Amino acid sequence: MSGNPPGTLAAAWLIARKDLAIEFRSRTAFLSALVFAVLALCIFYFAWDESIIAPADRAPGVLWVVVAFSGLLGLQRSFSIEEHDRGIDALLVAPTSRESIYLGKAIGNFVFLCAVQAVTLPALVLFYNLSVGEPLLGVAAIMVLATIGIVAVGTLFSAMAVNTRMAELLLPMVSLPFFVPVLLNAAQATTRILGGRPAAEAWPWLRIIIAFDIVFVVACTMAFPYTLEE
Amino acid sequence: MTAAPPVAAPSAATPAAPRAVFDWFFALAGLGVVAIYVRAIYFTPIEATQGAAQKIYYLHVPAALAAYIAVSLTALMSIVYLWLHDERADRLADASAEVGLVFLTVVLATGPLWGHKIWGAWWAWWDMRLTLTLFLWFVVAAYLVVRGAVEDAAMRARFSAVLGILGALLIPFIHLSVYLFQARLHPMPIVLKPGEPSLPGEMLTTFLLAFLAFAVLCLAFIGVRYRVGVLRDLAAEAIA
Repeated sequence: MSGNPPGTLAAAWLIARKDLAIEFRSRTAFLSALVFAVLALCIFYFAWDESIIAPADRAPGVLWVVVAFSGLLGLQRSFSIEEHDRGIDALLVAPTSRESIYLGKAIGNFVFLCAVQAVTLPALVLFYNLSVGEPLLGVAAIMVLATIGIVAVGTLFSAMAVNTRMAELLLPMVSLPFFVPVLLNAAQATTRILGGRPAAEAWPWLRIIIAFDIVFVVACTMAFPYTLEE
Repeated sequence: MTAAPPVAAPSAATPAAPRAVFDWFFALAGLGVVAIYVRAIYFTPIEATQGAAQKIYYLHVPAALAAYIAVSLTALMSIVYLWLHDERADRLADASAEVGLVFLTVVLATGPLWGHKIWGAWWAWWDMRLTLTLFLWFVVAAYLVVRGAVEDAAMRARFSAVLGILGALLIPFIHLSVYLFQARLHPMPIVLKPGEPSLPGEMLTTFLLAFLAFAVLCLAFIGVRYRVGVLRDLAAEAIA
């Protein structure tokens, strides 16, 4: 790795690998997000009378609430690990663009959130007695699309929140309104897919998520340099 | 690569302290609002089907208009700030966000009051405008909390400008999502929501005057809040 500094994407990948390596060694954030997600699935189970609403009918809504909140736990960590010992300063003086810091952080968060969801979805199937089959692949695809949008805005706000007082409180408050279009459409699409409806019925909802992903990945990448100190 | 903005340019050096926080424009706005209520309550006929409940239109709808003016100004000033790094733009964005939140709160408080009487329900998720206003309230509230949570002035200005612009990008997505959500559940709201041009003349006049009065009130509030912002910055500078 001598010679020229890496390009934007190569540098982003290095930053993502660094974050994931840190997480892989301690696994604290991953485990807490995971336990939180499964715990929340169980608690939500008892929030309704099962003779009134069948568990399978409320599974999509529960899934997306849990995804949103467990995702916040991962996003919180993204920039707070850089605050200790001012690791962010080292990233800033590195010969790389600020956009690549954002992309690297976002890729790291994306992998983190997908890993949590890779356990959440089977746990949902288990606890809510969903049938195993093709629709679950569709749900997994929706989760990937939705996670892109969640990570795009969440990574940016995580960078902002660490520079504020009461960062832990601020991140959910700022992020959740931005998650609304993603969560609403994802939950509606999931309901269609799990209900065994043809994929075309889920498409209008997915379209909005895809548009959200595109707009906010671009906008947040452009906005990120403004959230760092000079 | 997007260059990071320079530290607050000398373009906006220490501003002069405003002579008075409340000016004649504010007094005019206050008088206008009093006049419009006298007219709405005593000199405008009671609507035949909705009864006295319809009078809340003269508060609810103009407040919504004022809120949209204020919030749009925040988004616009956010763009101006990132472009010119002029701290006056930041102060104006701050002032109009706070005024916007007040008017949004008025809209959200009066909407359910009317809805309870006319729809028979406090809240109707399928009413696009009410739901959108609610989420707008959340975004503006987050904006103001972020402003309060950042100590460094230049950083606060940049953060809030970013949030102001992203918030403006968010609103169409929420609008589309809620539209798709309600289009499936219900047909369009059956209820006569305001704005029907078929309002009889006297009511329409009151309505239009109320719009005008609230637009003036909104601008007057923003002016006052802007001057408070200047005084606050001067005080902070004096302490430093």
